[in-house]
Amino acid sequence: MMEARAATLPAQRRLSVASRAWKWVRENGIVVYGILAIAYMLIPIGLIVVFSFNDPAGKFNFTWQGFTLSHWAHPFEISELTNALTLSLRLAALATVISTVLGTMIALALVRYDFFGRRASNYLIVIPTATPEVVLGASLLSLFLIYGLSLGFTTLLIAHVMFCISFVVIVVRSRLIGFDRSLEEAAQDLGADPFTTFRKITLPLIWPGVVAGALLAFALSIDDFVVSNFTAGTEVTFPLYIFGAAQRGIPVQVYIIATMLFAVTLLAMAFTVWQQRRADRLASVRPEQEV
Amino acid sequence: MRNERLVALRRRLIPYGLLGPGILWLILFFVVPLYFMGRLSLESGIFPEFHFDWNFSNYSDALSAYDTQFIRAFEYSALATIIALLIAYPLAYAIAFRGGRWKNAMLLAVIAPFFTTYLIRTLAWETILSDNGFVVNTLQTFGLISNDGRLLATAPAVIAGLTYNFLPFMILPIYASLERMDTSLIEAAKDLYASSRKAFLRVTLPLSLPGVVAGTLLTFIPATGDYINAQFLGGARQSMIGNVIQSLYLKQTDYPAAAALSFILMAVILVIVFIYIRFAGSEALMGEEAERR
Repeated sequence: MMEARAATLPAQRRLSVASRAWKWVRENGIVVYGILAIAYMLIPIGLIVVFSFNDPAGKFNFTWQGFTLSHWAHPFEISELTNALTLSLRLAALATVISTVLGTMIALALVRYDFFGRRASNYLIVIPTATPEVVLGASLLSLFLIYGLSLGFTTLLIAHVMFCISFVVIVVRSRLIGFDRSLEEAAQDLGADPFTTFRKITLPLIWPGVVAGALLAFALSIDDFVVSNFTAGTEVTFPLYIFGAAQRGIPVQVYIIATMLFAVTLLAMAFTVWQQRRADRLASVRPEQEV
Repeated sequence: MRNERLVALRRRLIPYGLLGPGILWLILFFVVPLYFMGRLSLESGIFPEFHFDWNFSNYSDALSAYDTQFIRAFEYSALATIIALLIAYPLAYAIAFRGGRWKNAMLLAVIAPFFTTYLIRTLAWETILSDNGFVVNTLQTFGLISNDGRLLATAPAVIAGLTYNFLPFMILPIYASLERMDTSLIEAAKDLYASSRKAFLRVTLPLSLPGVVAGTLLTFIPATGDYINAQFLGGARQSMIGNVIQSLYLKQTDYPAAAALSFILMAVILVIVFIYIRFAGSEALMGEEAERR
């Protein structure tokens, strides 16, 4: 019997190698796939970072010519590009502040109060997010044309605030829903007026949501091309500059600034995660503990 | 007595005070512009002299002149949505159930493309697929495309660009619905002798459908109106309805035709979304939060 078993062993082992391999694929195939899919998502980012060190021969930065740091030494030497970037930053900052304030107020109203017109307001907030950007831009341009409003920074700001508000509402609202109201009641029992309660209790607790909403608004604004394309007039934002330059040849500096923006966003992201954790810790503090 | 009524009235007015400025902004700069676009779409004349005269033929004229681009836009974005779903579902599944301590890092990688400008991402793909690029050369070496064959200015390039650019919008909602799922349901199915496959088809997949519905909408809607991918990765024969609207508005100043096309685009998308939600029966559009309350 021992001998019989020994004889079948190699065949069995071969089979088991194949079946173990198959088992491994069945169990881990999805993980391998996930890693590959994520690598695919990161390809263009890798290319942008790599090509920011390229030393292009002509005006088209399309093929790898050689490594150089010389462009990184002068990232802001193209004044048109720098102006476009400054305009985008200014626009995004203003649009973020306005849309975050307006959006947070709407979110508070929607979550806290039951009132006539709540459902309609919900629709009014969702529908712009479900409208193609080209329609948003085209309809705003129609309005500005009919009223003879000259296009420029103001029309850009109007447009950017408009498409940012909905996203701020959605983000802040999701944060408000899990909100423990007993802390506010406690504050009011202790004699705090509504404004003080809001400033000292509500705002710190929803702050991470507000920051997340503001960051999203900033990202949407600074990245927007389509709506700006319709509402900018002769103003040139960063994406509009890239669009124009794409026909003439993209300077390396565009890739450098894109790399910088990527790094800054990554840091901002890390910062919000840290803030969120801190707020969660604060929210879980028991009364008997020292804050 | 009077004071009490005043307090009660003030209480009732609080939500409107909070809501007011933001909603007013949306009404003035989203709803009102749509009305004016509708008006513009019924005007006739040549730039800069237009007059309103209920000119409905703008609609039929625009549609018959640009039906190719119209159909192409829906075709490309439908294909891109399907491909994105096929790529995104397994990835979302891997992150939700097999991510382990890498979960947050994987999610960060999924949204990382958003940290760079949309136009630059598309330009990066233009570089990758360019005629002397690595991908084209490799495909030529293996004889998969002819020696003067290209990838740029083809339909697959535009569809690939759309797929790539909207992929995170597909992954995140699917991930969210899988993550929220009660995994004990899968265990229960297996205890009741369901095979892994059956448990997936009967339990996991149906429970993740709201995420799938939200993801497909978030991909399909912006992809249909997009004109960047067709502009950078396609040629004249890949131009979509977005390209037409942009060019009619900003280059040819044929506002009535452009407005009519925008309206048709919006109407068709709304109808598709409505039918789709009816069939998929989902709360996806209004957001889970709104529904739960």
